[in-house]
Amino acid sequence: MGNYVGKSMKRVEDPRFIQGQGKYVANLKIYGMTHAAIKRSPYPHAKINSINTAAAEALEGVIAVFTGKDLVEGGVNPIPCGFTPPDIKLPPHHALAIDRVRHVGDGVAVVIAETAYIAHDALDLIEVDYEPLPAVVDAKAAAQAGAPQVHDEVPNNVSFTWAIGDEAAVNAALAAADHVVELDLINQRLIPNAMEPRAAVAQWDSAMEQMTVWTSSQNPHTIRLLLSAFTLGIPEHKLRVISPDVGGGFGSKIFHYAEEVIVPWAARKIGRPVKWVATRSESHSTDAHGRDHVTHCKLGMSKDGIFQALHIENYANMGAYLSLFAPMIPTALYHTLMAGLYKTPVIYGVTYGTMTNTTPVDAYRGAGRPEASYVLERLIDIASRDLNMDPIELRRKNFIQPDEFPYQTPVALLYDSGNYDAVFDKAVEMADYSAMRAEQATARADGRLVGVGVSGCIEASGAGPSAVVVSLGAAIGLYESGAIRVHPTGKVTVLTGAHSHGQGHETSLAQIVGDELGIPVSDIEVIHGDTERLPYGVGTYASRSMAVGGGALVMSAQKIRDKITRIAAHQLEAAVEDMVYDRATGTVHVKGAPDKSKAFGEIAFAVTLANNLPAGMEPALEETSYFDPPNFTFPNSAHIAKVEVDKDSGEVTLLDYVAVDDVGNIINPLLVEGQIVGGVAQGVGQALWEHGAYDANGQLLSGTFMDYAMPRADGFPNIRVGRTVTPSPSNPLGVKGAGEMGTIAGTVTVVNAVMDALAPLGVRHLDMPLTAEKIKAAIAAANGGGN
Amino acid sequence: MYPPKFDYLRADSAANALELLAANPDAKVMAGGHSLIPAMNLRLADPGTIIDIGRVADFKDFSANGGIVGIGSGITHAMIAASSDVPAALSEAAGLIGDPQVRNRGTIGGNIAHADPASDLPTVLVALGAAISTVSSSGSRMIQAGDFFVDLFETALMDGELVAEITMDQDGANTGSAYAKLSNPASRYAMVGAAARVTVEGGVFTAVSVAVGGLTPKAQAAPSVNAALVGKAATADNIAAAAAAVQNDLGDDVMGDIHASADYRRQMATVFVKRALTKATERAG
Repeated sequence: MGNYVGKSMKRVEDPRFIQGQGKYVANLKIYGMTHAAIKRSPYPHAKINSINTAAAEALEGVIAVFTGKDLVEGGVNPIPCGFTPPDIKLPPHHALAIDRVRHVGDGVAVVIAETAYIAHDALDLIEVDYEPLPAVVDAKAAAQAGAPQVHDEVPNNVSFTWAIGDEAAVNAALAAADHVVELDLINQRLIPNAMEPRAAVAQWDSAMEQMTVWTSSQNPHTIRLLLSAFTLGIPEHKLRVISPDVGGGFGSKIFHYAEEVIVPWAARKIGRPVKWVATRSESHSTDAHGRDHVTHCKLGMSKDGIFQALHIENYANMGAYLSLFAPMIPTALYHTLMAGLYKTPVIYGVTYGTMTNTTPVDAYRGAGRPEASYVLERLIDIASRDLNMDPIELRRKNFIQPDEFPYQTPVALLYDSGNYDAVFDKAVEMADYSAMRAEQATARADGRLVGVGVSGCIEASGAGPSAVVVSLGAAIGLYESGAIRVHPTGKVTVLTGAHSHGQGHETSLAQIVGDELGIPVSDIEVIHGDTERLPYGVGTYASRSMAVGGGALVMSAQKIRDKITRIAAHQLEAAVEDMVYDRATGTVHVKGAPDKSKAFGEIAFAVTLANNLPAGMEPALEETSYFDPPNFTFPNSAHIAKVEVDKDSGEVTLLDYVAVDDVGNIINPLLVEGQIVGGVAQGVGQALWEHGAYDANGQLLSGTFMDYAMPRADGFPNIRVGRTVTPSPSNPLGVKGAGEMGTIAGTVTVVNAVMDALAPLGVRHLDMPLTAEKIKAAIAAANGGGN
Repeated sequence: MYPPKFDYLRADSAANALELLAANPDAKVMAGGHSLIPAMNLRLADPGTIIDIGRVADFKDFSANGGIVGIGSGITHAMIAASSDVPAALSEAAGLIGDPQVRNRGTIGGNIAHADPASDLPTVLVALGAAISTVSSSGSRMIQAGDFFVDLFETALMDGELVAEITMDQDGANTGSAYAKLSNPASRYAMVGAAARVTVEGGVFTAVSVAVGGLTPKAQAAPSVNAALVGKAATADNIAAAAAAVQNDLGDDVMGDIHASADYRRQMATVFVKRALTKATERAG
């Protein structure tokens, strides 16, 4: 064990954040900077007959007003989609709508003004003549005959159909099964709500013909690539994209957004810097939403509970346009996870990606994997009730066993490692599961509705092997860069292509490099989020930064150690193979002669002097590596929740929550615990409260925090976190992703708990969010319609 | 968030506030600003001129003498929540408003003048039989809480009239009060709020006053519940039976939204009146 890895270190970035010293895009001020505001459609679907900008342009302080037509005429290309399965129908996605708006919040014009207040005043002066059209909202209804058509290019609103598995074999196995659990369920739409709203600033340097874009993104290099090769066509070497401090993303800041196109285009057009910061209401209607599936699923099993086949038919709502990775989420990140922790021999799944008059949907914390776990773990929960079997016992009967790894599932993935019984043993022990069941029995005897919910989830994190993700349809490989620059005094700059927007990479990556080189973390600065300062980077999502970004840094550290060792051997006149690099102290000594040694800082300075280096050695101590992992990592979990439902009102109280996760080796337990606890809160948010709701006509009903219910601390007991450790063989650190498991498991665990509470009433399934009213109605129905 | 342009005037006394209001009859009066500013930010309100009375010392008096408590209109929710002089139902309700930032800024006067049907305090003030004193250029007057709330966002205040003070009886001997609410999971405003004050002597209810809000266009007294309980023994069964009588007092205008339908809220009125009565009865003991 090193000096740092495995230790709970406080985040080095926190002092600046908690003192209001973070530097976010919205804090940026540039001389001559102007402000943009976007006129947005109040209609879910309408033809634009005309746009009159004259009055807005005449307002004092307004510099310019541009429409979608101006952008196209100015050379702006549509926003691309980066995951394109075969036969996908790709409707054009313009940064500003041209002749039709397709969701509430769709942009139609941009005002550039001297102040943000003037820009917003001018919005009210733009006259748009809309001709409302019928709208479609529901993922499945969109694909039915006669539904309003969202795009001429997408017949029947079905953009793509994606299937995996042998359907005939699955149907045969289901027909032969002793018992089949069949379920219709809805995984409702969520709105991500990062604490920092999206923002963009752009500055055009006409002398150098250089564009700088600051954007609150999780992956600035990807945005630069897309701005250069697709939307704006500015050469990549003349384009710098900076994502400074970013206040949360949860996936919603991965994608290339319209404002990232509009703001730099306008900055160049008017010759002044432009800033745009989303209002919270704009965030609700324009940040890519999450989930939104309508699913029919069947799980077949023998009478003693051995799973035999799984069949999934899924409609996934893509919204009005295909966001950057949207088609990947309900396909390659969803059906491939349907094996769960279990040895189900045959699995078939199909997803229809449908276009609707709603905000585009894309990756949101977990991205496909929470939806997959929800399907599977709900089915198993119902199965345990049907078979009158304890839900943990039923799961254990079907687990992939520790000696069966690597395990090839019937849905493409090769699981790396795991010991699921051990994870459950730990959760059962922490929860005191049998006592929980005994308390439940007592409560039930008293007429109280107490429920215990269980789930066992898995995810494929740390994307990914580029060959695999590209073969599945991704437009770019998912490796990561990591560079280490050693300065003459022995201080170190670490450059990572991963991006920290709440994860604490400035701490955890420094811990890794500190141990790899044997130097204090206080001597290490981690730099991220600036395309000009870093080698090419892929970015942070899919719980990949430690597994992939950390892996790249381990590779670079190895190269640095090797070079230091060669220099030390040269200076100490010893053979390289006789040298020992002591990673506890950052010194290199001759084997058996610890006094014949060189310290890290001495070598760093010697490299700079370059007067005593091995012949032909380049005088630099700087290494860059790219890590492309051989496989995903497969973190897994056992979560147990206890709830009570109030019989009178239907309100749910979460009484206890135990989260045991196997995320492989751990760099910083404090940060991992934070990820798990925050993730669980987000997952429970979906189970009980959150809903991105539209009315049947396409109006967004949860357009502000007055109507979109976020999870809050007072809705939770202390979440008790435990862990088991099964290292991953897929990366040098043995780590697995830790960022999403809480969310993946949190949702279904609590839904299972509430359904367990309602089980004595014969309630089989309710769709989320489990509002008090919905539960009360189920209780009343079970009691014959009375109260 | 970018409100439309407005002029800002700050009053330094009650008299000055009335002068400013007389000179700017279309101005909107602001204390904590926690209802007005969000509406302006969403451009749902465009008052042109704001008169800020948030620093007027005349409105910040607090007194508790002879069983009567007087709360200046500029007193914040946080101060009320922390007070042991005010009836328990009032401090309980004030502590459930918004979050600490809102409670530190928002005032009782601003709250009731806004008359949001989903607000907590109007319900409590009706149940407690509070009196609302006002000032205007033509003098001062006193309005009973039950008469003060007229309709959705509508009060008995006349143009140029400001809330000065709210007075009410403290919870006396053998008397307890309580507030229970079903919160909107997003906004935490009341979807159903119920306030009750009871006096129990010799195990029998001798005085009962209940009001509900959140589901009706204005805070609503529940005389049917009061009548059903006075003279009855303080038992759980009697409370449950009396709580159901609230259905007679709800009227036809029960409101619903995506979080809770009108039907469900109606059912919950009984449940939350029962909870408020139960807690108030415990406190009376």
